[in-house]
Amino acid sequence: MDYHKLRVAKNRLMQFLVYLALFSAIVPLLSILSEVIRRGFSTINFDFFIKPTPTVGEVGGGVANAVQGTLITIGLASLIGVPIGLMSGIFLSEYGELKLSVAVRFLHDVLSGIPSIVIGVFAYALITRSIGFSVTAAAFALAMIMIPIVARTTEEALKLVPMSIREAAIALGIPRWKTTITVVLSAAKKAIVTGILLSIARIAGESAPVLVSMGFWRWWFAGLDRPTANLALNVFIFAMSPFENWIALAWGSALVLILLVLGISVTARVFTRERY
Amino acid sequence: MKISQKISPFIRNLNVKSVLYLKNHFKGDDIFKLVSALFASSIFLLLGLMVYELVKGSWLSIQTFGLNFIVGTKWDPAVSRVFGVLPLILGTLVTSAIALLIGVPISLGVGLVLSEYVPKKFGFAVSFLVELLAAVPSVIYGLWGIFVLIPFLRDHVYQYLKAVFGFIPVFSGPIYGGGVLTGGIVLAIMIIPTVSAVMRDLFSAVPNSQREAMIALGATKWETAKTVISYARSGVIGAVILGLGRAVGETMAITMVIGNRFQVWPSSLFDAWYTMAAIIANELLEATYDLYISALINVGLILLFVTLIINILARLIVWRTLRLTRGIARE
Amino acid sequence: MAAKFEIQGLNAWFGSKHVLKNINIKIEEKAVTAIIGPSGCGKTTFVRCLNRMHEITPGARVSGKVLFNGIDIYSNGVDPVMVRRKIGMVFQKPNPFPMMSIYDNVAAGLKLNGVRDRKILDAAVRRSLELANLWDEVKDDLNKSGASLSGGQQQRLCIARALAVEPEVLLMDEPCSALDPIATAKIESLIRKLAEDYTVVIVTHNMQQAARVSDYTTFLYLGELIEYGPTKQIFENPKQELTERYLTGEFG
Repeated sequence: MDYHKLRVAKNRLMQFLVYLALFSAIVPLLSILSEVIRRGFSTINFDFFIKPTPTVGEVGGGVANAVQGTLITIGLASLIGVPIGLMSGIFLSEYGELKLSVAVRFLHDVLSGIPSIVIGVFAYALITRSIGFSVTAAAFALAMIMIPIVARTTEEALKLVPMSIREAAIALGIPRWKTTITVVLSAAKKAIVTGILLSIARIAGESAPVLVSMGFWRWWFAGLDRPTANLALNVFIFAMSPFENWIALAWGSALVLILLVLGISVTARVFTRERY
Repeated sequence: MKISQKISPFIRNLNVKSVLYLKNHFKGDDIFKLVSALFASSIFLLLGLMVYELVKGSWLSIQTFGLNFIVGTKWDPAVSRVFGVLPLILGTLVTSAIALLIGVPISLGVGLVLSEYVPKKFGFAVSFLVELLAAVPSVIYGLWGIFVLIPFLRDHVYQYLKAVFGFIPVFSGPIYGGGVLTGGIVLAIMIIPTVSAVMRDLFSAVPNSQREAMIALGATKWETAKTVISYARSGVIGAVILGLGRAVGETMAITMVIGNRFQVWPSSLFDAWYTMAAIIANELLEATYDLYISALINVGLILLFVTLIINILARLIVWRTLRLTRGIARE
Repeated sequence: MAAKFEIQGLNAWFGSKHVLKNINIKIEEKAVTAIIGPSGCGKTTFVRCLNRMHEITPGARVSGKVLFNGIDIYSNGVDPVMVRRKIGMVFQKPNPFPMMSIYDNVAAGLKLNGVRDRKILDAAVRRSLELANLWDEVKDDLNKSGASLSGGQQQRLCIARALAVEPEVLLMDEPCSALDPIATAKIESLIRKLAEDYTVVIVTHNMQQAARVSDYTTFLYLGELIEYGPTKQIFENPKQELTERYLTGEFG
């Protein structure tokens, strides 16, 4: 009888602890979101969106150049990462049982587990040391982060296309490769685009590889062989600085960044919910 | 109405002889296979190049210090130009260990709640929230860490910790807010979303028959939950190792709160310290001469090595789980 | 009537499973030939061997000759893609391309073979939909999604799509089994009409359908050809005891 009471008590206790765990996991999230919104919002004014980074001590200024720079860097990274990831995903889904495919998948998994700072150092060693701190180096590092994500989501998207659609096309006398790149690919379009969007959201938030391959930049875009401003990196630089106006800008930039990243992530996920 | 009257002319010429059209489309398939294989194989080139560049970049440092690099405890770029990373390795391991100590129990709890304790609809919303956390960029954790977490810990938590546990050396140093413990806490907060999600999936995958068997025996909810965890044991270990991998590689958030002080061993949990990832981020841009740069690249190489081992370990364990619970053959 | 297909010593395997055993048969042109038999007797496999679809399944193997217009489609140098353009197929479950409109579905085969001229495509789409008895029902909105039609309409859409590339033969694998009786009747009358200009081979597990619709009937059992002949003769006066037992419903 007593032992039973003990079990019930234990059960009660564990129930409490388990919910406590949930609570302690959610509280930081809510704190982060609310602080970023609160502190970031107060920084935002009209200037915020049209002015570039202010010099030390200068009042005002904004993130315009950072937004420009981030978009350019992400764009360049996508130009490299998306085609490679897409074609790799197509190869893996069409010829998935080959030994080559097994190896490729394994290496993609390995790559996705490598810390982004190490990828940044790679870009530093390969590109920065030749052409200098540059958008190109940063874009290269970010592309490497994108590739496994795009490849994996593309492969899964293609695998979901039912065999009946492929058979219909083949029975019409359409060669296999054409079936893949027209009919199958367009049937999987939504899921593939979602995967690409998620990978873009991911690299938009990366600052470590950008820091070591490109460095901090206060001005507008100045060429592919020069650095450019980056939203995520700015949050780091401004936050670690002793200047009031920069710290305020850090919160503002964080707000823009979080809206961008979470916006893309949520949209992409909601997008996938609608299955035809 | 005769159908033949409606046949349009363009295909009329396709007669039986065209059936013997020699291997026209085989070529298309082969070209496609080749092209896509080439794109896919680029991963070999990229990873190979990475290892090559990292080794090449580290070469000067390897030649100069050899294995002393790993066991050395002096990092002096300014005067003696001697570099050793043992403290960094220790810093990385200690902060990661703290992250796991705090993060794993919480993740287990969250995973359990989401799969065992909570009705599906509510659980859906909460899972969504938790996954959102995983998408938050590292720098934002760091930013929040500096301006929100540190003041909070400094003013409301550490005093009490020190008061209660102060007799133990690790809890008895000066408090400035950041440092080792703070770093571990931030890392824990960062790995919880990912690890919880994996745990939730693992627990949800445990067949209901297991739960029903326990319930039929008169088990309490918690006792049933324990069975679920035990069933998913290997996967749980795999998830923990995954979390370890993330913690080890984390750069920005940790460097923003840990204090970035190179020392062999911190005086307490409240003291500043340094990790491998953090030193690369902080010093690579300031490195002005070859040996310095090479030393930092060398740190990157070691970091790569460490995470590779961690990931291979995780993979081995998770594969074993898959094999056991789903009966699929090893690839 | 000449033989459109002459099948000699056809054998087919799925891995080590011997699914078709030494089939020898002639298929008449411009007529409807029904393939009947109990589940698993190899009807679908047989038909898929006629347009070289069987071999796309991993582990599938074929041996023997299939002479189409006198030429063995399995001989070296014959491109299966070209074979499939001359021999069209309609599947058991309607499978229109879900992300394409009605127009695009029908035009798909033509477009992917390089036909760009809008006028030709328009004419071909109209002709095919008329052939499939679907034109009147969809002519007002060809841009609607292919998947928005009813089951019977979708199947007629698939027939139109197959006919658009001007095949000589139409293979139909239990085309009505997923449809209601009214839709089925519509397709059955369509089949009779198509037989005026196309060779139709239809697999069916429904004996009454075979009796209604076909000119010739083939009975397969456990991968072997048991009997073949004019439908009237098979149903009224089967030569094989097995055939008679199947037709009276003793098994399958």
